Amino acid sequence: MAFPILTATLLAPIIAALVIVFLPADEPKTIKITAALGTFASLVMSFLVFFAYDKTVGGFQFNETIQWTKDLGVVYALGVDGISLPMLLLTNLIGFTAVFASWNMEKRPKEYFILLLILIAGVMGTFVAKDLFIFFLFYEVVVIPIYIMVVIWGSSKRVTKEYAGMKLTIYLLMGSAFLLVGLVALYLKAGGDTFMIQELAARSSTLLPKDFQIIVMGLMIIGFGSLISMFPFHSWSPDGYAGAPTAVSMIHAGVLKKIGGYGLIRVGIFILPLGAKFWAPVIAVLAIGNVLYAAFIALAQKDLKYVVGYSSVSHMGYVLIGMFALNVVGIDGAVAQMFGHGVMAALFFSMIGYLYEKSHTRYIPDFGGIAHQMPRLAIGFMIAGMASLGLPGTANFVAEFTIFIGSVKVFLIPAILGIFGIIFTAVYTLRVLANVLFGPRRPEWDHLKDLRGPEMVPLILLAFILIAAGVMPNMLMDLINSGVHSSGIADVIQALGPVNGGIF
Amino acid sequence: MHASFQWAWLIPLMPLLSFLIIAFVTKKWPRLSSTISIICILTSFVLAVWIGYGVLTTGDQLVEKPYQHTLNWLTFNNVPWGLSEGSLNIEFGTLVDPLTAMMLFVVTLVASMVQIYSVGYMHGDKGFSRYFAYQSLFAMSMLGLVLATNFLQLFLFWELVGLCSYLLIGFWFFKVSAREAAKKAFITTRVGDFGLLLGILFLLNKFGTLNFFKLHEMIGPQFNNAVVVGGISYLTLTAFLVFIGPVGKSGQFPLHVWLPDAMEGPTPVSALIHAATMVVAGVFLVARVFFLFKASPATMEFISYLGCFTALFAATIAVAQDDIKRILAYSTLSQLGYMMMALGLGAMTASMFHLMTHAFFKALMFLGAGSVIHALHEKQNIWDMGGLWKKMKITGTTFFIGVLAIAGVPGLSGFFSKDEILTAAYHNNIILYVVASFTAFLTAFYMSRLFFVAFTGDEKPENHPHESPWMMTLPLIILAVLSVVGGYVALPEHGFGYFVRPWGSEYEVEHMNYLVAGISTVLGLSGIGLAYLVYNRKAISADNIVATFPRTYKVLQNKYYVDELYLWIIKNIVDGFGKVLYWFDIYVVDGIINALGFLAKFFGSLFRRAQTGQLQVYAMVIFVSIVIMFLVITFGEQQLSALIPFLGGVK
Amino acid sequence: MSFNLSVGLPHYLLVAAMLFCFGLYGVFSKKNAIAVLMSLELMLNAVNINLVAFNRFLFNKPIDVQGVKHYLLAGHVSAIFVIVVAAAEVAVGLALVITMYRNRLSTNVDELDWLKW
Repeated sequence: MAFPILTATLLAPIIAALVIVFLPADEPKTIKITAALGTFASLVMSFLVFFAYDKTVGGFQFNETIQWTKDLGVVYALGVDGISLPMLLLTNLIGFTAVFASWNMEKRPKEYFILLLILIAGVMGTFVAKDLFIFFLFYEVVVIPIYIMVVIWGSSKRVTKEYAGMKLTIYLLMGSAFLLVGLVALYLKAGGDTFMIQELAARSSTLLPKDFQIIVMGLMIIGFGSLISMFPFHSWSPDGYAGAPTAVSMIHAGVLKKIGGYGLIRVGIFILPLGAKFWAPVIAVLAIGNVLYAAFIALAQKDLKYVVGYSSVSHMGYVLIGMFALNVVGIDGAVAQMFGHGVMAALFFSMIGYLYEKSHTRYIPDFGGIAHQMPRLAIGFMIAGMASLGLPGTANFVAEFTIFIGSVKVFLIPAILGIFGIIFTAVYTLRVLANVLFGPRRPEWDHLKDLRGPEMVPLILLAFILIAAGVMPNMLMDLINSGVHSSGIADVIQALGPVNGGIF
Repeated sequence: MHASFQWAWLIPLMPLLSFLIIAFVTKKWPRLSSTISIICILTSFVLAVWIGYGVLTTGDQLVEKPYQHTLNWLTFNNVPWGLSEGSLNIEFGTLVDPLTAMMLFVVTLVASMVQIYSVGYMHGDKGFSRYFAYQSLFAMSMLGLVLATNFLQLFLFWELVGLCSYLLIGFWFFKVSAREAAKKAFITTRVGDFGLLLGILFLLNKFGTLNFFKLHEMIGPQFNNAVVVGGISYLTLTAFLVFIGPVGKSGQFPLHVWLPDAMEGPTPVSALIHAATMVVAGVFLVARVFFLFKASPATMEFISYLGCFTALFAATIAVAQDDIKRILAYSTLSQLGYMMMALGLGAMTASMFHLMTHAFFKALMFLGAGSVIHALHEKQNIWDMGGLWKKMKITGTTFFIGVLAIAGVPGLSGFFSKDEILTAAYHNNIILYVVASFTAFLTAFYMSRLFFVAFTGDEKPENHPHESPWMMTLPLIILAVLSVVGGYVALPEHGFGYFVRPWGSEYEVEHMNYLVAGISTVLGLSGIGLAYLVYNRKAISADNIVATFPRTYKVLQNKYYVDELYLWIIKNIVDGFGKVLYWFDIYVVDGIINALGFLAKFFGSLFRRAQTGQLQVYAMVIFVSIVIMFLVITFGEQQLSALIPFLGGVK
Repeated sequence: MSFNLSVGLPHYLLVAAMLFCFGLYGVFSKKNAIAVLMSLELMLNAVNINLVAFNRFLFNKPIDVQGVKHYLLAGHVSAIFVIVVAAAEVAVGLALVITMYRNRLSTNVDELDWLKW
């Protein structure tokens, strides 16, 4: 048997966490280095997987299968394809940089990094699981560290950190309750002997009638939709990010949210295509709600994290509309947007985190001319901001453009409104950049030290990925495209026919 | 094909290289940075000249079929889309035809001049290296835009030049005005980009390709131009959407507001980006996809009227401005309107010709203005100047040449190009011709006004002007020479018009219309003469004219209050809407969620009374419940048999 | 009608039930935590009597497994289990009571209601 690289990737942070358990709490440096090493190992391995993955063959590769619970049909099955591989890479990129974004953590570093590493491993697990049960299991693993981290290391601004943590957790759990119902129904209806996603999808057309699919898809949409902050279920996102410590904001906005999108593609559209087709027009409208509504609200924000929080709600609207256009290009774009937005949001949050840590405020009018004191931070902010407004040359442009290609054909009016949203994205992003970075030098910030040493890691790594994926999009898009085709999703939506609402 | 064409990709690559070197290596050594940047752009210039030579020797077969070299950039395998079968593929590459060669020549030339000039102008600035890095990045983006083979590549560089413009306008980011101007420029052009992007998507959806030449071949006469909505055909809709992009980029009404504010950037930047190159990108785009607009007469008509309106609109504003750079900015807007109008009239050659000559003389004048501002220590109001000619001979003379060129004095480049546009208008639409001629008169008037007020008359005692160093005057001289001789390229049998014309069109020799030329000469000279009388001889008092029409003057000076209107919309409608939605989000969307939470809390507070903490009460409850369950299961079998599977079976 | 004076299953059950009720009464009404624990023991012992009695009277027949006779002693064994568990439980319970007494100087169960709402 080949080296189980996915399990090793999954275990590296866990092992680091176990090592940290036995380290003395008064040696934060060692703890941080251990955490960095653990996540670095995962990052290197996921890069290995990324480059070793054979796009011409496609499908799930690096498979690992161990029978787990025979009676229930649960299998510990891991594997990556073109859809989950970018997500795995994203998780590890953000996990690795999140460690450096919390490099100056002084308060209870031991507990903090243990929880952080568990969180990273949990998120990773959801993306490599081929079994729905294991997927759900890892998803639940994620919830607990998040709550503890927000409540202990968070910050109270508009809302208290306790409120923020509770809101975040309850939303996650509420979503997962809906998911669980849907999941069990799916399991029982599809024969009750397997949780394997591929197997369930294969049985879908014979065993799952249309009405059933519509109901279960509705549950999934509420469950995954509240995770991806779909319009009426989004309100946890800004408050949660604002309350959470930097690393949690990065991971949450960067990857955790993407579990929702990933689940909707992998479980929703793949297993329940008829349900997806039924709900698609509704989602398109809600997605535009996301894009425009959140963009307008972001205009009215004064707290940096709230701006980025609402902006990420806005960007998720693009993911949703691309996905539910139910064609290959749209889904390609949705996955790419999840990747691009993840990197961008992580970069944004890490920069905000540094600024907040040094200046102890996130209130935008307090700032001005920060580029004088912190030119490197300003570069990071600029790159993140430009990626956020979808400037060509960053991964986000490619993704948004692909989504637009896919969705204009299907949902003309929502797509036009969505493209209209790029104007308002530019307005709020440029306003933040201008008001924070530029303007006359303000002497009260002269004591701020620019980024240096380990603090530079998130900036360099994430900015590099953003630009590399923007300049050479085929690196990423080929992979995603092969994933959408070879996983069978392309065939499923091909069989589905066009969604209602197109004029072309 | 000429051997030079396959090296076209080097042209944008050289500035990119210099950007990377400056950004990552030589940032700390300003002189080294500027040297690298200039060497790279000069290399590009040499390559551009070589390609230009190649185009001239290859002849007009490039107009039939341009040279293209492409690589795959973004591929979606097995996705049938639009009219294309198989895969959806978006390429990246270089396209060489006479139009490209002309643009390459103009851009690299003006960029080299501006960069050399900047060494003197930006001397001692804290961000010297950063400035040259941005300049290189801009040159890369602009050259990439010119060489683009398809809409997406063009759009990509289109946005990148926008970014560079943003960075360079806001170069002195400590100035609040520069910061706001940069933001305004980006957002305003973004509005245009929205349309352009949409248009691109419409094209892609219909044709499955974005390649210019393939689209040109598809949108032939055989293309079935079906009506989509309300009598508007698909192509008209698409062309109109695509045109919104140029409206934003090339500062056509109503998206012109950013260009005058963009003058907050360093003056060489204004010369390069906001006069000679980036702002003409919109005009270039329309010329590049001329086949698309030609297929839609309605859009063409719209373009010609909008261009003509912008030309007049901006010229009238320019008459009442006092800031030297703002006058030039409005003049640029006006000239861009001219080019657009020419395109709308179908005179693509004339438009491109004017683009080229305008690049020379407008860059010249901006650099001259920069020289003046430099000499007067950042004074920009023309009324604070005066008598500069005596102290700044080279700047004054070259600036005068620029004024004569833009005024259309016979023999200079502006005369030839403007004449071609006016001739086209004369033949096609007499109303446009009259308005454009009047605009030409206004142009001559306000440019001469600028010249006479700033350069002649009495010296101001508080000014101590001195001629600029040779690094700044050399580009002025070169551009002045080009402003004079640039017009003669149209004269030979196989001149400008033979090469630069729409793909696949027949070459028609355009003879000079002496009536039009005569009228425009008279108008131009009378404009200059009027300005001479008013501002030099003071034969007519300028104050009297203002006093006669106070309202008009106020409206003109305030640029028709367009800025105020936009500000009001943004402040009250957009921001207000944002605030309302935020309120809605906190109190309604979140309110519902919190209400659910409170509901749970309320029931909790009701039921928690059951939790007495009394051990014996708990025991009693447990016991009694067990007894009840026992009784129910034992004796209530008939009535409760349905419950048995749930309660367990004691049977 | 024969008059059988020998002690049978009903008698045991009766005694056990009485014992259980005494215990129950004690658990419900005693204020002293130790008395409650003792009453609990009574109830457990009532159960023990039941277990042993049932085993003795209902399953007193040997079962033939491959020629070897076996007696079913599950009831007895269960009773012993209960005794062991009860002992453990009393140990824990008394420990708790002592701790509570140290903290509160009281073993009155009515006062031990800090876990109420």
